[in-house]
Amino acid sequence: MGKPMQVSRFWRHFKEKYRLVGSKCKKCGKIHFPPRQVCNECGSREMEEIQLSGRGKVISWTIVRNPPSGFEYYKPYPLALIELEEGPIILAQLTDVDPEEITFGMEVEMVTRKIREFNEDGIILYGYKFRPPIK
Amino acid sequence: MRKAVIIGVGMTPVGEHWKTSLRDLAVEALLNAMEDANIDKVDSLYVGNMISGPFVEQENLGALIADWAGLGHIPAVKIEAACASGGAAVQEGAKAVMSGLEDVVAVVGVEKMTDVWPSDATRYLAYASDAEWELFHGASFVALNALVMRYYMHTYGYTEEDLALFAVNAHINGAKNPYAMFKKPIKVETVLKSPYIADPLKLFDASPVCDGAAAVIITTPEKAKELGIPKEKWVEIAGMGRAIDTINLANRKDLLTLKAAKVAAERAYKMAGVDVKDIDLFEIHDAFTIMAALSLEAVGAAERGKGAELAKEGQIAIDGDYPIQTMGGLKARGHPVGATGVYQTVEAALQLRGEAPNQVPDAEIALTQNIGGTGSNITVTILRRV
Ligand SMILES: [Zn+2]
Repeated sequence: MGKPMQVSRFWRHFKEKYRLVGSKCKKCGKIHFPPRQVCNECGSREMEEIQLSGRGKVISWTIVRNPPSGFEYYKPYPLALIELEEGPIILAQLTDVDPEEITFGMEVEMVTRKIREFNEDGIILYGYKFRPPIK
Repeated sequence: MRKAVIIGVGMTPVGEHWKTSLRDLAVEALLNAMEDANIDKVDSLYVGNMISGPFVEQENLGALIADWAGLGHIPAVKIEAACASGGAAVQEGAKAVMSGLEDVVAVVGVEKMTDVWPSDATRYLAYASDAEWELFHGASFVALNALVMRYYMHTYGYTEEDLALFAVNAHINGAKNPYAMFKKPIKVETVLKSPYIADPLKLFDASPVCDGAAAVIITTPEKAKELGIPKEKWVEIAGMGRAIDTINLANRKDLLTLKAAKVAAERAYKMAGVDVKDIDLFEIHDAFTIMAALSLEAVGAAERGKGAELAKEGQIAIDGDYPIQTMGGLKARGHPVGATGVYQTVEAALQLRGEAPNQVPDAEIALTQNIGGTGSNITVTILRRV
């Protein structure tokens, strides 16, 4: 697969991927993740940054057994749609969980984890994953 | 606006064509369609293709295919709308004819997917998802569809067995199509026993990675008459609609509604002056069994959450009220992504000409629906016997 030469492609999303920063429409109040320039609810272009809590619940999940190239090392891995406390739904891998224990409505929280490693070039991509909260 | 009619169709069998290149597949289908229409030149060429760059390191397919088909110095472009590229190319070709700008156009859909490793194919297909926010996290299209499938089953109480019925129906019909990749009927157990590729989605819930090309020739009724093409061969492109939805599945307002298909179908019905009850057969986009269910709901054949009921009631069979996938659909005919929408058009046209191997009796109106992405870019086209 293509080598990750364009480092900028990854660092320009640091804020969103490391800290879960979204956008909030000043006009209609809709909260977006990932952040948008234009609100897809009302068309407004007035956005402000919003820090999301990183807490949410699983609304659907799958176990990826035939991953796209570059992710072979991690298979099988759980991938989920998570409804965040603030409203937006986010796609992310689940971590620190037994796949058998994943359920509808399971509470999860965001953690920063390694997403992918490129062995030849050495670059490592980090980003959000979600896990059951440590109580 | 002028009317547009299809006067020629052509295809290659769908399969793993290791010995045939993208250009040869496309040229073969195109020449078949020109021969069917009994013409030797066209005004322009529209190529439906999703992803030739990563798959075979070839772009500029307009020039490549027109050149190698010997079409001369005509305008030729590639149209890309993910897996709906073929459906979009047919519509662009029809628009050119309807607008009066071009009189005879050729549309060819082609995809060559088997020259790379399966995991690379999985990766390239996912370029049509929201790569920064989906592929980045290791999502394949299968995985995204699996998320929808689980949510659908949970919301409406369906089982894996219920959805498997779509695959069974597709294989029954595909068995009679000489151009289909799989020509063997299967049982529900075959689907249920196949391995999970992204739970709860199994190998037999999904369409195969494959190669193929299909083509149609479009002109006006006046020109068709002038060319001496018998009326039995005319199939009118009566209605067209196309729409997008959020590219990122997670950003969808309603995960279980193919809103883009709904909007596209409404436009197509309006343009054709028909409604869902008038449709005799549906060639819908069953890249995954769950998409067959959602597509039936989106085009109005079933209410929200009831798409899978149609399969349980046997309504999707050739003799049902809503026959779908009459030539095997994406599941059994095969899904060479950018070519699929053109295959659907060819198959619907053959049904309306009364030449289908699995003929829907007296078929007059057909609907084709072609999905790009996880429902992010969708075309609906209505074809009518003249
Ligand atoms: Zn807004």
